[in-house]
Amino acid sequence: MKKIKCAIIGPGNIGTDLLYKLKRSPVLEPVWMVGVDPTSEGLARAREHGLKTTDQGVDGMLAHVKADGVQIAFDATSAYVHKDNSDKLNKLGVMMIDLTPAAIGPYCVPPINLKEHAGKREMNVNMVTCGGQATIPMVYAVSRVQKVRYAEIIATVSSKSVGPGTRKNIDEFTRTTAGAVSRIGGADEGKAIIVINPAEPPMIMRDTIHCLTVDEPKQKQIEESVRDMVAEVQKYVPGYRLVNGPVFDGHRVTSFMQVEGLGDFLPKYAGNLDIMTASATRTAEMFAEEILAGRLTLEAA
Amino acid sequence: MSHLKGIQIKVHDMSLRDGMHPKRHQITIEQMKTIAQGLDQAGCPLIEVTHGDGLGGASVNYGFPAATDEQYLRAVIPLMKQAKVSALLLPGIGTVDHLKMAADCGVTTIRVATHCTEADVSEQHISLGRKMGLDTVGFLMMAHMIEPEKLIEQALLMESYGANCIYLTDSAGYMLPEDVTARIALAREKLKPETEIGFHGHHNLSMGVANSIAAVAAGARRIDCACGGMGAGAGNTPMEVFVAVCNRMGIQTGVDVFKISDVAEDLVTPIMDFPVRIDRNSLTLGYAGVYSSFLLFARRAEAKYGVPAREILLELGRQKMVGGQEDMIEDTAITMARERGLLKASA
Repeated sequence: MKKIKCAIIGPGNIGTDLLYKLKRSPVLEPVWMVGVDPTSEGLARAREHGLKTTDQGVDGMLAHVKADGVQIAFDATSAYVHKDNSDKLNKLGVMMIDLTPAAIGPYCVPPINLKEHAGKREMNVNMVTCGGQATIPMVYAVSRVQKVRYAEIIATVSSKSVGPGTRKNIDEFTRTTAGAVSRIGGADEGKAIIVINPAEPPMIMRDTIHCLTVDEPKQKQIEESVRDMVAEVQKYVPGYRLVNGPVFDGHRVTSFMQVEGLGDFLPKYAGNLDIMTASATRTAEMFAEEILAGRLTLEAA
Repeated sequence: MSHLKGIQIKVHDMSLRDGMHPKRHQITIEQMKTIAQGLDQAGCPLIEVTHGDGLGGASVNYGFPAATDEQYLRAVIPLMKQAKVSALLLPGIGTVDHLKMAADCGVTTIRVATHCTEADVSEQHISLGRKMGLDTVGFLMMAHMIEPEKLIEQALLMESYGANCIYLTDSAGYMLPEDVTARIALAREKLKPETEIGFHGHHNLSMGVANSIAAVAAGARRIDCACGGMGAGAGNTPMEVFVAVCNRMGIQTGVDVFKISDVAEDLVTPIMDFPVRIDRNSLTLGYAGVYSSFLLFARRAEAKYGVPAREILLELGRQKMVGGQEDMIEDTAITMARERGLLKASA
């Protein structure tokens, strides 16, 4: 079966984990890994997997994009360089899946709005944050039943799974996640809290989602909606699990989640990173399926 | 310890911030104003006014307060004759936007708090505080959880971001005087001479005063106390007691012992919802090294799910939960209740 060819920008932990996931995909084929450091282990590993690599950044790949048929690119670098990467590749008709916090394109949380983005032929979609991917589906699971006036998420991640970029700008996480909890989750107001826990062995990512409903919670419908949504997310993150809840307490509806990763390249406890690479892969697959079915043609922007 | 005679220290009142925990963040603006004025008149030089979990703490997870941080700060600060006002901020909960708001309200001190191993999430907040000309404090919580050498590495990071004062914080009320001495002494040795060192204690093992004196002896010059002892767990080091002990030892605080004990007795104690003291649950915090603000959440979980608070707290300690993980208290209680057959299978 024909596969859509992909490039990964950023050969770090995220980029390498993506490589493993893309190699398993029935519709995607990773062909390029882009870095900036000739001594990068990630680039060497990508070469072992048969990918072409460059240490000259996106510029080092541009001349080959057409010949190699690259149609989808993943950016796992930083918000600072993302726009530049995206502009250059969009110009060549390559759509961009943004795993950085740059968020120049619309937020994409696969079980909620992926279809809509594919339908609109977006050339750049943003994967929000790890906390967002893990929690927004559960906010939506309540808000699609009844009006949510306030939603709050608490993401607790192991210290080892939080890289220096996130640490330097942790406000970006809280702001971006809170915004998407409200906009994509469907709550009037959103709040996000992140806690970093250094326990050894590292704890598996935990997420708590509180929704305050306007009216009395419709318990049966919410329970069903939550179960359906968990199953939906499990399609691409098998370790997404409802540990407790939904708990109903007055107008408060609370779900307690655990997110265990697949352990492709990243360790299993780093469910926060895995859910990003898995969501990005799921997103690319949906676009790829549309392209392969002839319903979508990417055009140079 | 007469060798401490003549040392000047700064006490920092916690009753209107850490004291928000036993009040479920429901201290009214009027109560804040009255108590802050009492503290000011008693000579307390610095008073913290914020949600118990810091700026932006208003949430389902930690509790919605009676008024916003901004309302409290704008009500209290203009009334102060000599005292300055500080605010607490935990990165991951509050952001630099909150910091700017607090500075605009007139706080002179910003305290940026992280778990003791995670100092590097405080860089953007500490560097901004310093750039804005604020007295900028790095506040390392649950400092009992790591060895002094590791702790000081984190303190050095905060100092490098621009903190002019570093606190080693016994959030669980777990430390004994020798633990305090080892950590503060090493901080004094390794940090720049001009960097001040502070200690924040909890009274869960009745060590608040003894630990604070040990901290002063080892080089700390800022000590957190709560008037009337009103703080999380069994409360903070009671200010009136600490000031009395300092007077006996010749340590200068500038606080009037009788005036501050009147504030404790006439203004702070009457607003408590329950006596803030060492009971079997707050004792467990200190004994097992659990974050003091978990106390009321564990009590509520006991009432709702029938699992004793003490056992919930011990389990949280076993799982090495850190400050901010209040959501895991209900989760843990539900899991324990299910294992004990106290819940229906469907829940």
